[in-house]
Amino acid sequence: MYLPNWMHKLASPPHFFRISGWLAPWLLWPAVALIALGFYAGLVLAPADYQQGDGFRIIYVHVPSAYLSTLIYGLMAAAAAVGLIWRMKLAYAVAAAAAPIGAWFTFLALVTGAIWGKPMWGTFWEWDPRLTSELILLFLYLGFMSLRTSFEEPTKGDRAAGLLAVVGVVNLPIIHYSVIWWSSIHQGPTIKKLDAPSITWEMAWPLLTLILGFTLFFAGLLLQRVQAEVLERERNARWVTEIMRPGIEGG
Amino acid sequence: MLDAKGLTLWRGYQCLFEQLNFAVSAGSALLLRGANGSGKTTLLRVVCGLTRPETGEVRWQGRDLQRERAQLGQVIAYSGHQTGLKSDLSLAQNLRFAARLCGQGDDAWQALLEPLGLAASTQLDVRLLSAGQQRRAALVRTLISPAPLWVMDEPLANLDAAGRAYVLAAVDRHLADGGIALLAVHEEIELSAPSKTLLLGETA
Amino acid sequence: MSTLGLAAAVLRRDLALAYRRWGDVASPVMFFAIVSSLFPLALSPQRDVLQLLGPGVLWIAALLSMLLSLNALFRQDLEDGSMEQLAIGPQSLPAVMLAKAAAHWLVAGLPLILLAPLLAVTYHLPGSGVTALCLTLLLGTPTLSLLGSVGAALTAGVRQSGGLLALLVLPLCLPVLIFGARGTALAADGEVISGPLYLLAAFAVLAASLVPFASAAAIRISLD
Repeated sequence: MYLPNWMHKLASPPHFFRISGWLAPWLLWPAVALIALGFYAGLVLAPADYQQGDGFRIIYVHVPSAYLSTLIYGLMAAAAAVGLIWRMKLAYAVAAAAAPIGAWFTFLALVTGAIWGKPMWGTFWEWDPRLTSELILLFLYLGFMSLRTSFEEPTKGDRAAGLLAVVGVVNLPIIHYSVIWWSSIHQGPTIKKLDAPSITWEMAWPLLTLILGFTLFFAGLLLQRVQAEVLERERNARWVTEIMRPGIEGG
Repeated sequence: MLDAKGLTLWRGYQCLFEQLNFAVSAGSALLLRGANGSGKTTLLRVVCGLTRPETGEVRWQGRDLQRERAQLGQVIAYSGHQTGLKSDLSLAQNLRFAARLCGQGDDAWQALLEPLGLAASTQLDVRLLSAGQQRRAALVRTLISPAPLWVMDEPLANLDAAGRAYVLAAVDRHLADGGIALLAVHEEIELSAPSKTLLLGETA
Repeated sequence: MSTLGLAAAVLRRDLALAYRRWGDVASPVMFFAIVSSLFPLALSPQRDVLQLLGPGVLWIAALLSMLLSLNALFRQDLEDGSMEQLAIGPQSLPAVMLAKAAAHWLVAGLPLILLAPLLAVTYHLPGSGVTALCLTLLLGTPTLSLLGSVGAALTAGVRQSGGLLALLVLPLCLPVLIFGARGTALAADGEVISGPLYLLAAFAVLAASLVPFASAAAIRISLD
């Protein structure tokens, strides 16, 4: 299948390694600045919610994590599809590097949801549709990671897990809406969703800042992890030994 | 005619073959030789489209075997390490399925049972047959197939002298009819048709 | 050979194999019966408790019973080399996979549906609930066989794959479980459940048209 020339160039591991090494700090430092600003604004400047008090402030971690957990799964599936269709090795490295990060953000979204639940619902776990969907998403991530590592031949694991990710991403909306239907037939407590009710601008802008900061942080982290994956996968290639030589001589 | 261009294959971090080319024309055989683990079986599986090479392609009459699998029709008859027979079904059930798969009727395989010494075993479950008999039964599938390209992985293994002679004669007949054979073999074999030898594992 | 003829031949072969290995066929059904009878012992034999839990318990038991026999779906085909024979020719591999899933459903799914009314009665489900259980199982289990076949094809080359298979397949089966079990429960409460039934039917059609292609790709990876 046809692929534009610039994509071929980007997909070549040495080229990608150089570009991502240059790009990662430009993503990570702004990310740190945005996250610091967002936390300061969200935890100190923003007013307390009149209904939930200070408890609502956990959305500043929860919402960006939940947003990233689905974004990363989509990205992972897209990368896997590119790998399967165009047989691009770099795409598999991206999917493999993204999965643990996505699983961590999913876990973070679950934990913050549970912490928020304690004062709001009086219990750490409520079968809220969003939390339930996050839990299923965590299982999908775990399935991807376990399948990928359970083959003796690494490239086979990449392909099998990639196919699973594609199947999963088709299923994800169906699972999500099934869970919503399921919860709608059991009318739950009045505060149902992990949203900030009647959000004002003072509450909203730190949230948007944090979403942007978390996303940049993820992008930088992903580049660094893909670099590590590429080194591992290409360890016998000439360009890798050339890059590593100064380090070996120095040590 | 069959030709392969620029085949490269890695298994784990070991290179089995790099930029391998070969061509076999109608009526001749290619014998693959090499030590255990040199990639003979893998190369046969690449030709069959079961294993994907890192680079390169295998072509049949100039058309990509892998990509145009559905259009090319029954090109390959493959006899691998595994017999491809269901051990819990009778020999007749197995062969009927195999015949239906390559578009042949029952009579095609029944005529072959006598010369292969399987006539008395048709109603037996395949797991009750000896290794040599199972090998012969698997051979029936290749013999009834209309495919012009025979790919055989150690076709003489587990066979007695009569069985070996029968297989070699069958390959010769296939080649004389303008077919092509790709054989991975350990022992020296005598074919009357022209054959080339590809030695694997020397370059790596 | 036509695609339909191929699928029919594969289906007939798999059914003949199932007939020869009777124990493998019987074990999911027995598992279904045993698991279903454990719940009243572990929870409570009270009528209202069983009525409340029945739809969910029976659906979960059916789901796990079907999962039980999935592990073997492609393992033998891979080990004895019959799958590679199907994969090298011009034959349509998705048709083969559809036939394999159909055989799995006939052997591991259909008997559960036949046994389900009996078990539903031991849970004191009302008539509407028994009918709904059979209907939801009839529409839902084909999807389970299909989704399961992708997981089985992906893990066919992996040793000790039982737990992994469950991890891969169960989350994907969640919508079927939700609509099947909740639909049965709603029907037992006397509500109309055409909505869940239509959705289960839609899932089955969607799965039958998409999943065989995914399974075919998966089995090619396992063969490699």
